[in-house]
Amino acid sequence: MLHLLFLVPILPFCGFVVLALFGRWFDRRQVAAIGVGSIGLSALFALLVGFDFVIAPPAGDHFSQSLWTWINVGGFSPHIAFYLDSLSVIMILVVTVVGFLIHVYSAEYMEDEPDGYARFFACMNLFVGSMLTLVLADNLLLLYLGWEGVGLCSYLLIGFWYTDPANGRAARKAFIVTRIGDTALLVGLLLLFTKLGTLQIQPLMQLASERWVVGSSITVAAAGLLLGGALGKSAQLPLQTWLPDAMAGPTPVSALIHAATMVTAGVYLIARMNVLFTLSPVIQTTVAAVGAGTLILAGFSALTQRDIKRVLAYSTISQIGYMFLAVGVGAWSAAMFHFMTHAFFKALLFMAAGVIILGLHHEQDMFKMGGLRKQTPLVFWTFLAGSLSLAALPLVTAGFYSKDAILAGAWASDAGGRWLWAAGLGGALLTGLYTFRMVFLTFFGQVQTPFHLKPGLRLLLPLVVLAFLSIVAGFLDLPRTLGNQPWFSDFVHTSLPETKEIAGSVERNLQIVASLASIGGILLAYYFFLREPGFVRRLVMTPLGAALHRFWFVGWGFDWAYDNLIVGTYVRLARANRADVFDLPVRVIALINQAGHIVLSRTETGRLRWYATSVAFGAIVAVGIVVFVT
Amino acid sequence: MASIPMEQGLLLAGVLFVIGLTGVLVRRNIIFVLLSLEVMLNASGLAFIVAGYRWGQPDGQVLFLFVLTMAAAEVSVGLALVLQLHRVFKTLDVDVASRMRG
Amino acid sequence: MNAVYYISSVVAVVATVAAVTGLNAVHSLLYLIVSFLAVALIFFTLGAPVIAALEVIIYAGAIIVLFIFVVMILNLGDVAVEQEKRWTVGKMWVGPALLALVLMAELVYVLFQQTVHHLPGAGPIQPQDLGATLFGPYMLGVELASMVLLAGLVGAYHLGRRRQPDETAQESQEPVDAGARRQ
Repeated sequence: MLHLLFLVPILPFCGFVVLALFGRWFDRRQVAAIGVGSIGLSALFALLVGFDFVIAPPAGDHFSQSLWTWINVGGFSPHIAFYLDSLSVIMILVVTVVGFLIHVYSAEYMEDEPDGYARFFACMNLFVGSMLTLVLADNLLLLYLGWEGVGLCSYLLIGFWYTDPANGRAARKAFIVTRIGDTALLVGLLLLFTKLGTLQIQPLMQLASERWVVGSSITVAAAGLLLGGALGKSAQLPLQTWLPDAMAGPTPVSALIHAATMVTAGVYLIARMNVLFTLSPVIQTTVAAVGAGTLILAGFSALTQRDIKRVLAYSTISQIGYMFLAVGVGAWSAAMFHFMTHAFFKALLFMAAGVIILGLHHEQDMFKMGGLRKQTPLVFWTFLAGSLSLAALPLVTAGFYSKDAILAGAWASDAGGRWLWAAGLGGALLTGLYTFRMVFLTFFGQVQTPFHLKPGLRLLLPLVVLAFLSIVAGFLDLPRTLGNQPWFSDFVHTSLPETKEIAGSVERNLQIVASLASIGGILLAYYFFLREPGFVRRLVMTPLGAALHRFWFVGWGFDWAYDNLIVGTYVRLARANRADVFDLPVRVIALINQAGHIVLSRTETGRLRWYATSVAFGAIVAVGIVVFVT
Repeated sequence: MASIPMEQGLLLAGVLFVIGLTGVLVRRNIIFVLLSLEVMLNASGLAFIVAGYRWGQPDGQVLFLFVLTMAAAEVSVGLALVLQLHRVFKTLDVDVASRMRG
Repeated sequence: MNAVYYISSVVAVVATVAAVTGLNAVHSLLYLIVSFLAVALIFFTLGAPVIAALEVIIYAGAIIVLFIFVVMILNLGDVAVEQEKRWTVGKMWVGPALLALVLMAELVYVLFQQTVHHLPGAGPIQPQDLGATLFGPYMLGVELASMVLLAGLVGAYHLGRRRQPDETAQESQEPVDAGARRQ
């Protein structure tokens, strides 16, 4: 069954081609059938392949399938080839299954769109195809192709409602900021190719581990550049500014691209190229530090947002920070586990938020919502499930198990592990706080905007499925202290390095502390946003409170800093050079000609005697030359 | 026949030529310009005669005849143009006809 | 003979200077006739009697007379003399005089580089020799000279023609069209 692997990425591309070329001649039902069906088939094949891989693992725990030779020049011949190991299996399963659910959801969500239905599904299919190419790529060039493809689709889908210039700006901002990362990644690829002679991932890592010394400058350079690429795509410090603005796109786009899949591409890259990162401890520690910093920063920002989608966006940044923290401390399986659970509950939260937004006629300000618990009970319960998983409610939610694994890994790490753990813990408290602020503001209290929608099956079924997964998926990897069934970790460790273990008692203590943090966050949210909302209101009125609120609201001033320092500097330079100094050497020639013209045209006076004088003068000079010089 | 060193003859021709040149460049009345031009032509003719005298051949005189012929034709056309100039511009100022300014 | 030559040359130079710097057109022309007569005498002393005669007949007798005719047609009068006074101020002579002196200097330099030659006393050139040379080797030149005269004749006639009033007006207003109109 493994040889059917190629169908997994190919089917979405086929869907894209059909919809892009012929989309306008289909009606809505057909477009939805093709768009959702292609992902559905892809998911089916992914499940079959995954099932086959798990039940009967191939030799060496990996499977390669080469379709054709892409380029063949001077000894460099990357193929269109797919590489399947446990890491890829997890990625394709999550991408296709969650993608399928989101496509089903968007078939109904986007129904009220006047036009662009086919365009939407074409872009979504292209996205899923590119993402699958990215995660299945056997060599870094094909990975880069997928990387660029998802970036393009992100741009196309953020700016889906292109008639509003603000959406175009958001799309451009996303593209340009991730471009910075992409450039770093490209330079890294070039460096790797120059130094190691190949871009095939497994041989490359083998060569690197043989030839390069741990901690040498070449490893720092290579890993650092790859990290740059990951930072852009995954919206981590300092390239995180694009993700909150990317919420300008339709909600299914936010769910699929900016929560579940594309933004995790950076984590996947680091996990896939793990050898390079372990060869450079400096960079790996940087990864962890960046993750820790980002999760705290985004957590505070999420606390002050009014738009429900922006809360979820900052939440995504924060949770990916957890994944970066995990890979930074070498807890590879924890990172992939959190990726999976995060995909489930974040997609769920986004989709549920989408139903709310639809039902409130595109009202997204939480302070204008309220009391929706009674108005849409199903949405409420699924949203609650997702929120509890996000806040990592102990024992019953998947989020708890994945977050706990990360915190344990952080504690065990050598480089500043305690600080990283403390950051993760603080982040857990913050997560509970902002998540349930969101829940209480939206679903509890007085109804301010009534809910006017009868959600259909296509909207609700994915919510239910993902809610179920948000609870149950955690049981795939029970830690030693709670059942000791590390199926997921064992599966991941067939392709990624082992994680350092810590003592059972230590782990139990850590779990207790983490549980207290998440429950504490939820309770604090209950107190501050449901029982005594006036306290927070008064707090925000104080000078310090208002300043802090403003500072966190604008994402710690990164946008302002970039606008003034980078964009502003460039604009000032361009204005200063308005006369185009660098064009001067070329224009000087023209200017000399013009000056010469002005000077010499004075000699054309039209007067006979003047001309006669010049003739005489010329004759004298000529005679003089003949007589005196020759 | 006199026995004059050729250089002195040519010197005389040069002096006359230079006087004519100065007249061409300085005078503003076109009659005087043409007049000075005739002086120059005459001076160059003198130079030819002196050269023929030095070699004892009639070639110099033949060339002087040609110069004479040309001077005659040129004067007639030039004076016709002077008449036109006077008719159009009502003046003999040579600086007036400067429409081909740059 | 040498004395004749030197006296004539002085006369020629003085007369030419007077002609070129004169204010009255007719006076200048008369000075010029004197200059040409002096040059004719010089020709005679240099053994070119035929040319001397031609100089007087054609140059002084026809060309300068033509000048005088035109000046009389133009009928300039005292106004012209006043005008000339204004136009030829002393300052204007400086530049051209300088150029002239430089040219003179070059000429002198060239002439007096070699040692001075004395001339063979071959005697004046006879008209027969002149005629034989003219219609012998220089036959083509004679023909071309006659063409030049023809061109001069036709050109002078055409350019000197008194035009009709409307033609003159059109001439000065539509110089570009003129060539196309007049096939």
